[in-house]
Amino acid sequence: MSDQQEIIIKPGMGALDYWRDLWRYRELFFFLAWRDILVRYKQTAIGVAWSVIRPLSTMLVFTIVFGKLAKLPSNGVPYPVMVYAAMLPWQFFANALTESSNSLIDNANLLSKVYFPRLIIPASAVIVSLVDLFISGAILCGIMAWYRFLPDVKVLLLPAFLLMAFLASCGAGLWLSALNVKYRDFRYVVPFLVQFGLYISPVGFSSAIVPDRWRFFYFLNPIVGVIDGFRWAILGDAFPMYWPGFVISALLITLMFAGGVCYFRSMERSFADVV
Amino acid sequence: MDSVITVENLGKKYLLNRAGHGSYLALRDVLSQGFKNLGSRLLHPLRCSPFTSICAREEFWALRDVCFEVKQGDRLGIVGSNGAGKSTLLKILSRITEPSTGSVRIKGRVASLLEVGTGFHPELTGRENIFLNGAIMGMTKAEIKRKFDEIVAFAEVEKFLDTPVKRYSSGMYVRLAFAVAAHLEPEILVVDEVLAVGDVQFQKKCLGKMEEVSAKENRTVLFVSHNMAAISQLCSQALWMEKGHMVVRSATPEVISSYLSRGSVDFSGERRWSHDASPGDGRIRLLAVRIFNDLGTVSAVVDMARFFQVELEYEILQSCAGMRTGFWIYTQEGVLVFVAGDNEDREWIGRKRTEGHYRSRCTVPAGLLNSGPYSVTAAADIQNGEMLFCEASALRFTVEHTSVSRLDGAGRSPGIICPSLDWKISSVGTAGL
Repeated sequence: MSDQQEIIIKPGMGALDYWRDLWRYRELFFFLAWRDILVRYKQTAIGVAWSVIRPLSTMLVFTIVFGKLAKLPSNGVPYPVMVYAAMLPWQFFANALTESSNSLIDNANLLSKVYFPRLIIPASAVIVSLVDLFISGAILCGIMAWYRFLPDVKVLLLPAFLLMAFLASCGAGLWLSALNVKYRDFRYVVPFLVQFGLYISPVGFSSAIVPDRWRFFYFLNPIVGVIDGFRWAILGDAFPMYWPGFVISALLITLMFAGGVCYFRSMERSFADVV
Repeated sequence: MDSVITVENLGKKYLLNRAGHGSYLALRDVLSQGFKNLGSRLLHPLRCSPFTSICAREEFWALRDVCFEVKQGDRLGIVGSNGAGKSTLLKILSRITEPSTGSVRIKGRVASLLEVGTGFHPELTGRENIFLNGAIMGMTKAEIKRKFDEIVAFAEVEKFLDTPVKRYSSGMYVRLAFAVAAHLEPEILVVDEVLAVGDVQFQKKCLGKMEEVSAKENRTVLFVSHNMAAISQLCSQALWMEKGHMVVRSATPEVISSYLSRGSVDFSGERRWSHDASPGDGRIRLLAVRIFNDLGTVSAVVDMARFFQVELEYEILQSCAGMRTGFWIYTQEGVLVFVAGDNEDREWIGRKRTEGHYRSRCTVPAGLLNSGPYSVTAAADIQNGEMLFCEASALRFTVEHTSVSRLDGAGRSPGIICPSLDWKISSVGTAGL
């Protein structure tokens, strides 16, 4: 009836079967994500509307400021479409970062009362932002239809870039959520990071306007790689990919994710004592 | 039989930040301390930095050298006063926190119920919360689905399944939470003081359910409670912990009686404290607690048919608004009978007690308490505010059953209280009409 597996609890070793446990608790992972989604869209009547209004209004402002007033190039693509294609990964990243960095504190009662691999909590917070991403994606389709803009076959590569955005959000989210438990004033840093990131990432403009000399270094901000990936996949040849930059972005994301997992794992054991 | 839990030399150390620092580390402090260190190192490169650590810390052992074994199907009760390390032990067993020393071996799936309704979300409906809470407790979706109807029936909330739990009464909320927990089917169930909430009827139902499940399926249960009645009902074995150490582990009745008669409890009807050992702080100090019988003499034995008085003698060193003293009366099993506070004295309403020496005496009417042993916990607090002292089991006394207490005479009638009530029998007709 039961697998009579033996658990040994000793100081300093954490859970040996961590990854197996993670798999065993996969249902909890979905339940937590499901809870957050339910609550989100139950609590506020404008819950869904909100995830429509926010990217739309940001797009509008960027189109007016960068496209109409500053007259930045959009390589022949309608400016709103160009902005919105970048808004998708950016909004996802920003939301995921905000949600997951607070997730451990918000679920403090769970941490101190029940055992499960803690990795589930920030990861499920990222999933919730994925829902917003899909809503935004539907809107993008609408906008593209409005401008009669048809993407080419490269759009099929979009899931790969989505995975990249997911890894970036998870990686950063793991770092921030663990730091947030350790240093309680870290939560003030996150909104600043998100706001700041919006301006140093090519959301309102194309990364091609960065001078060639600096372009490689611009991709040290890994989100630049993700955004360019999205634009390349959705908008096609108007936005050729700058591959050296993309590779460095992808590399950094992988590093950030791996580092995040390691750091989180090392901090995880003391969460229940600190929270 | 095989032991399913083996605990060896288990210890858990906490680092306490000294007063003055918050309990949380702030990045701000870490950074500013870092700069200070750097600055002082630059200014005095040869001198040792006085700020070697961020803040001075003290060690505190919540558990130390705990060893025991639990066999398959055992139901082990864990007793001990507050801060004895019971909850820490359970947290280690349920893998929420790590031990600092020693080891634990567990065979089988552990479900821990350290709180009722962990993860309940007020916005979600009863139905949704059952699934969520079940998943958090370690049930699979299929398992929850299978037991769903049973859980709902147990909680008696059929009609409100699709209502958000924020609209539930607190009773319904607790019932639902319990119902989910009661249907867990792990090999090992770890339960912390959770029966303290909920109404008595439902508590009984839960205890019964736990008993039934563990007896029928030979499950192992670890149960922490301050409620001796519950422990002796459910558990065959008990473990007494004090200050992080294990005092004794034996059959339940033995452990409970030695736990209840643990040291420093006086049986003379009076307890005094020497000046340096008295409970309290810089504002108030407890000097003595006394029980008076109806004749006005100090006595540890009072007559059930007569009133008695509880007196607290204390010194106010610094007057505060809203300061009050009072006491709790517990039965031997640890069931709280009632709480009384001296703010009920009408003559002192709105008056502040200035510095000085006081006595607060409360009269408990005749025929309220049933016969048996009781203990008094003396306390003082600021009304709606902080506790100034709380001396658990400061004094013990016995209510004696006398022949005049009830007209039916002999024997103790069941129940915690035994009030003398007013009855009227009137005839309203002849039989058959």
